Amino acid sequence: MPRLPSGSSISFMSPLISAKNVTVVRDGRSVLKDVSVDIGVRDFLTIIGPNGAGKSMLLKCLMGFYAPDQGKVSPRKDLRIGYVPQRLVADPTIPITVRRFLHLRKKITTEALKSVVAETEIGSSLDRPLAVLSGGELQRVLLARALLDAPQLLVLDEPAQNLDITGQLSFYKLLERVYKEREVSILMVSHDLHLVMSSTKNVLCLSGEVCCYGEPNSVAKNPAFISLFGEDMAQMLASYQHHGHSHGHNHGHGHSHSHSIENDTDKKAIPHA
Amino acid sequence: MLDDFIVRALLAGMGIAIIAGPLGCFVVWRRMAYFGDSLAHSALLGIALGLLTGISGNLATVIVCSAFAVILLWLQHARILATDTLLGIMAHAALSIGMVTLSFIDNQRFDLHSYLFGDILTVQSVDLYWIFGGGIIVLILLVRYWSSLTLMTLHEDLARAEGVKTFWVNLMLVLLMTIVVAVSIRIVGILLITALLAIPAATARQWVRSPETMAMLAAVLGLAAVVAGIYGSAYLDTPTGPSIVTAATILFAVLFPVSAVLKKRRILH
Repeated sequence: MPRLPSGSSISFMSPLISAKNVTVVRDGRSVLKDVSVDIGVRDFLTIIGPNGAGKSMLLKCLMGFYAPDQGKVSPRKDLRIGYVPQRLVADPTIPITVRRFLHLRKKITTEALKSVVAETEIGSSLDRPLAVLSGGELQRVLLARALLDAPQLLVLDEPAQNLDITGQLSFYKLLERVYKEREVSILMVSHDLHLVMSSTKNVLCLSGEVCCYGEPNSVAKNPAFISLFGEDMAQMLASYQHHGHSHGHNHGHGHSHSHSIENDTDKKAIPHA
Repeated sequence: MLDDFIVRALLAGMGIAIIAGPLGCFVVWRRMAYFGDSLAHSALLGIALGLLTGISGNLATVIVCSAFAVILLWLQHARILATDTLLGIMAHAALSIGMVTLSFIDNQRFDLHSYLFGDILTVQSVDLYWIFGGGIIVLILLVRYWSSLTLMTLHEDLARAEGVKTFWVNLMLVLLMTIVVAVSIRIVGILLITALLAIPAATARQWVRSPETMAMLAAVLGLAAVVAGIYGSAYLDTPTGPSIVTAATILFAVLFPVSAVLKKRRILH
């Protein structure tokens, strides 16, 4: 494949969401401090960070739930976002089947429903009450709901947090397939970096402020990452190989994934606050 | 031949049951029973202020309950105290201030008992206008925002991500409850309004598989309880509100075990 000028398709296409110098103050403490990040077209950005690092707050700012105290979040016009929350506690006092839940507030055709149901493998749960589903089934249903509007951006907030290890693996596998097969960008908060290493394109390491940003392998080598998560974690991650290029998601886009990681990181790196 | 007052009471009660059914579902789903109770307690202050100023009791109640609800939402949002503590303070403060205010009014013509427990003899034509006018507003808004409300009940952030203005829809739901509280006082009384909201909805739950059918069945069960209660009240000379709530409780006590048996035999889902 002929190499196009570096980042050509990216730089000419405006990002889906662009956050500039976002600061959020709660109870006199800055939860987010001068965070700048772009979510590009076909991006797969995973946000990691310790508890209380402001990950969820950043997601909520990016989705426009809260206006930042300083800085600016600019989404692309008419951006369609599909949101997958951390968990849905389906209260048994609410009688609702999966099918009805998927239809709530959505005008969808039978075909569209069918294809998303097949994609997320929830066919057998469709007519069961939401309250009896297992954690893994519920997360797939939430993903299905998020996909129904053919979103340009999927936002997931620790989507596998409450699943057992098998459930986590199969959820991330499904997510990877969705990413490969659809024209979609993904923005995800996740603790399971070791599980998403192979799918994610970029990692943003957050601890109130941006501590490092780049491809997963380069982030794992970053001194800021090591000081935040420790040597052990960094070494563990370094042993995972990043297979980003073989996914076929960048065909025709020509953004330069195949050259040295250091270069790539430098270009994308966000100035440290 | 039915007496006029019974016809008025029946119409009033049926109107209330129809709006209390769907709204009661949200009381059950969103655990708002105590909130509804507090709202109803604040209604006494509204009645007192209505009598004091001479404006319509219904209007005064709607105004005071709405103000009460907004203050409550605001304090809840500020997270100064746990919600149940806050409700415990606010509900009884409002009830007490209402009682103190009432004591300043010439109490010869004031029957506290009828406000606390409802009295079919007190229903006038003007109350019917309030019930059906308010009821239509409540029903229209509930139907219009039904899906958003249901989604918000399942997951507030999910609804927000999909463009629901959750703050305003929440506020609307609370204000709809104030309307129901205000118009229900004549029939069920301040102390029993929550029961009319919660019991039919809770009874309906075991028999349905969708939010919409639960709302409709709750309305039907509420209608049955109201008609039985008002007839009982008229012919046995029992207090109206307690008669209605007793009827609703009997329905619950009978239907709940039946549904449990049917479920066990897999006749009901």
